Amino acid sequence: MSQHHLLALFNNFDEAEAVISELRSSNIKGFDFDDLTLKSPIEHHDVETLLGDRPAKGQWFTLFGALMGGLLGFFLISGAQANFFSQHKGGKPIVPIPANFVLTYEMFILGGVFISVLGFLICAGLPAKRSPLYSSKVSIDQIGILLKADASAVAAIKAVFTKHRALEIQEEVGK
Amino acid sequence: MERDIREDIAWAKINTDVLKSLESPRRLYWVIVFVAMLIFSIGIGCEVYQYNVGLGVANMDNPHVWGLYIATFIFWIGMSHSGTLLSAILLLMGADWRKPIYRFAEAMTTFSLMTAGLFVMVHLGRLWQVYYALPYPNERGVWPNFQSPLLWDAMAIFTYLSSSVLFLFIGMIPDLAICRDHLHPGWRKKLYTLLSLGWEGTDRQWRNFRVAYVTVACFLIPLAVSVHSIVASDFAMSQQPGWHVTSFPPYFVAGALYSGCAAIITLFIILRYVFKFEDYMTLPILKKIARLTFAIAMVWTYLNAVEFASVWYSHDQASKDVLIQKATGPYAPFWWMMNFCGSVVPLVLAFKRFQTSIPVLFAVSLLLNLGMWLERWMIVAPTFSHGYYPWTWDHDQWPSLVQWGMVFGSFGWFTLLFMVFCKVFPSVSMYEVKEMVYHRKMALENKTEGAH
Repeated sequence: MSQHHLLALFNNFDEAEAVISELRSSNIKGFDFDDLTLKSPIEHHDVETLLGDRPAKGQWFTLFGALMGGLLGFFLISGAQANFFSQHKGGKPIVPIPANFVLTYEMFILGGVFISVLGFLICAGLPAKRSPLYSSKVSIDQIGILLKADASAVAAIKAVFTKHRALEIQEEVGK
Repeated sequence: MERDIREDIAWAKINTDVLKSLESPRRLYWVIVFVAMLIFSIGIGCEVYQYNVGLGVANMDNPHVWGLYIATFIFWIGMSHSGTLLSAILLLMGADWRKPIYRFAEAMTTFSLMTAGLFVMVHLGRLWQVYYALPYPNERGVWPNFQSPLLWDAMAIFTYLSSSVLFLFIGMIPDLAICRDHLHPGWRKKLYTLLSLGWEGTDRQWRNFRVAYVTVACFLIPLAVSVHSIVASDFAMSQQPGWHVTSFPPYFVAGALYSGCAAIITLFIILRYVFKFEDYMTLPILKKIARLTFAIAMVWTYLNAVEFASVWYSHDQASKDVLIQKATGPYAPFWWMMNFCGSVVPLVLAFKRFQTSIPVLFAVSLLLNLGMWLERWMIVAPTFSHGYYPWTWDHDQWPSLVQWGMVFGSFGWFTLLFMVFCKVFPSVSMYEVKEMVYHRKMALENKTEGAH
């Protein structure tokens, strides 16, 4: 069965929230709730709660990046200092831990920041191609609900959109 | 109670007003750009002259091996702390009044660091060997000293600059998407399309965006503190009289936040007028920045006093002599001016009627930054003119016109970069202002309902 993409635009978050709640509880055949995407000009936590458990996993990238950065920093410096065996150190340690802490700390942060940003791009799916349906009004002041459903479910979904005063409904037949 | 921003501003108007700033600023914008280019070209001329003739034209010689270049380098590093303060610290503290103004503060951070980096190169003199300053291990037989704060500096500044650029960029992605969607086709649209990375404001994008933004903010705060502590260590870890002071790192960090805040006031006033941002860069927000600046000024004043007291009561005669020389010697006018501008002038900010007076705040902010620049010069120069060796005591050196030219040139360079940025990229964060307006409107409605 062909898949349809639907984009409905709403005037405010209340209407969008009502649509999401109804779609979630309605159990429309041919529509999977996980295929619903909310598009908004700002972040809105209440609506995100309604969308269910869709966690952001960027923090794991941060942890990995920071640890790798710190380790790389410490071993890079210590590796370089290990060559100092060939020089007179006057009894000073070849790898001075307190002094190396500073550069390790900087590399810890550098790794954390770089890999966090990389993690953000991966988790957010960026860079992204434009969605099948897009309205620039979402970047002004309207809230969009984009979803994918079978042809058999389109009428029921459209009815929900209309019931909650959708300003505009766009439809495209996908693959 | 005065409102930071009107709750009834329509989201569409926010887009329109900010996008308009990218196309039609007031005429003063072009005047500022022209003057900045002129000043920058003086700096370029001085650098070309120094490059051709040699570092001797800067009039730096023993014992004055560090001059205005290093003093101005510290000044610009300090200036860069504004973005971190307004963006990261206030973000984590939940102070939403930062939203209309943090973008330009972040841009300030980036451009200040770029300007500071130039001074390292200028100070080295031999530009063609600037890569020697990069701390990659043991190549070319350089054997970098990983225990030197100068090397830490290179790493810290690189980390801070790259992290600040990423922080600025991430925070701009939703706004770049707005620009992509609403500006006319042309080179700008292509640029915004490229940089917005296909952002569409989906729930998945917002969720990950917020996590990444807050995470980078959390990293930036200790990073900013470490950067200026390390710059302070360039001095404090040496044995030079007047520099070997334990309180230098916090003193430097406080000075950095102070000059950053003062610069925010200056640029706030300029941008507000030039880009007609009166609805967003409001007087109540200016008042908050003025109060914040006053608080930091008092912290700086206290730490300044601590530094003097530590030297005075330490019974280290050489350090004490440097302090006496600062107050009574050839640098005395500048030292007293530093104290006046840094500790007395900010008292104006304690008065309510001046906290929203644009002419007064503009003048005060310039004086504060003059004081902060003098502070850096007064850290560097007097120690060299009154070191441990008596032969240094009659070697007062006035910086040459080349040094002065490059200091002025750096202000032109910074202003030019900053103004070009504000013309190409939105200097007010549209999506954050929308959030601010939305949440305040909701809070107001809830309050009204509660009252009924």
